[in-house]
Amino acid sequence: MFYNLEVPLSKDELKKLKAGDIVKISGTIYTARDAAHKRMIGMLEDGKDLPFDIRDQVIYYVGPCPAKPGEIIGSAGPTTSGRVDAYTPKLIELGLSGMIGKGLRGNDVVEAMKKYGAVYFGAIGGAGALIAKSIINEEIVAFPDLGTEAIRKLTVNDFPVTVIIDSFGNNLYETGKKLFRQTV
Amino acid sequence: MRDINTDSITEVVEKLCKSANYYLNEDILKGIKSAREVEESETGKDILNKLIENAGIAKEKGVAICQDTGMTVIFVDIGQDVHITGGSLTEAINEGVRRGYENGYLRKSVVKDPIDRVNTKDNTPAVIHYNIVEGDKLKITVAPKGFGSENMSALKMLKPADGLDGVKKFVIDTVDNAGPNPCPPIIVGVGIGGTMEKAALLAKKALLRPIDQKSNIEYVSDLESQLLSDINKLGIGPSGLGGRTTALAVNIEVYPTHIAGLPVAVNINCHATRHAEAEL
Repeated sequence: MFYNLEVPLSKDELKKLKAGDIVKISGTIYTARDAAHKRMIGMLEDGKDLPFDIRDQVIYYVGPCPAKPGEIIGSAGPTTSGRVDAYTPKLIELGLSGMIGKGLRGNDVVEAMKKYGAVYFGAIGGAGALIAKSIINEEIVAFPDLGTEAIRKLTVNDFPVTVIIDSFGNNLYETGKKLFRQTV
Repeated sequence: MRDINTDSITEVVEKLCKSANYYLNEDILKGIKSAREVEESETGKDILNKLIENAGIAKEKGVAICQDTGMTVIFVDIGQDVHITGGSLTEAINEGVRRGYENGYLRKSVVKDPIDRVNTKDNTPAVIHYNIVEGDKLKITVAPKGFGSENMSALKMLKPADGLDGVKKFVIDTVDNAGPNPCPPIIVGVGIGGTMEKAALLAKKALLRPIDQKSNIEYVSDLESQLLSDINKLGIGPSGLGGRTTALAVNIEVYPTHIAGLPVAVNINCHATRHAEAEL
């Protein structure tokens, strides 16, 4: 199926998404990768609020290149999601609806997605210059000292993704590979 | 003895950092186009098309092909009749990296300490491999290495009795375990022989060879073809969503080794297998 989705992404809305669906996302998404995740979990452990209200939001795992003069952002493709697996279940429990990245996720993440309702989207790894065209605004909202790893609020328009793991635990990486695998 | 000034080295390294990151090499572009012809997955074809489109945008705008502009790996072949003037060669190279990444709007991805993890904010230091050769020239190859694929690389000290079958199994298992993480289609660099660190370096160097150029050692060239064919039966496909195109090439380098050992290193790279070189 093909969907156009607006963020925030309600739990009801994400239930209709199935692994393999093609989605164009519009609205506001937040960037975070290794260092920002570590700090966010540290803030929660210290009893502090996260730098943004995470309920029904989408996090994009990306560390963009700096923008050239006249550009909004530099190349901005997905980074490997599995490196933040240790931090993700807590964020899903707090209401995170969607994640955009690439690569495998651990069981704890998938279980949290099924329990609380969340979707894992894949963007094309290595297509950062193309993907940047669907980002129409960029603003740093936390941890500017982290450079490329700072948390950014991105406004996106028709940001192209595929549903990799849906809220029922179906996984396109597994079904896609099975379809084309020959005995070696 | 021929004098080469460090200023000219800094200038060349700056240029190479930019061009390696902006321009996808022609052999890779050709490889993706050929793969598109045989890819059976429609999604896979679409992804390969987008990678070609992405390379076009990067070239036209002068921006990075991929936001992971890597840790800057640099190979320097120094002619033994070259005399470096003007200061430290290593510092001149790092200054070139600093300028290239700042002036080229490239991402700074290096942390000063692997545990403490504070970003150096200028992508230095580079990982520099010096090699002394004959002659009075200085050859510099800049090969930025992204870590989505670096993280999926592996090294194993096999037993001589494991032989060619053991090597094949290790390479295929490494690619299979990597799955979608290294952004397939990938280029697989393999180093066989030497010592532990020599095998790793051979694997890295294998990634510098154009992907349309086979090894000139017959059994190695056969092994490259066999492994490529086997890897593309794994079904991982472009972006790992399923398909025929998991790898564009397998490049293998070999070196003499010890009677007791068979070291094998597998260095995985994404399609953005970047390298640019210049001779001074």
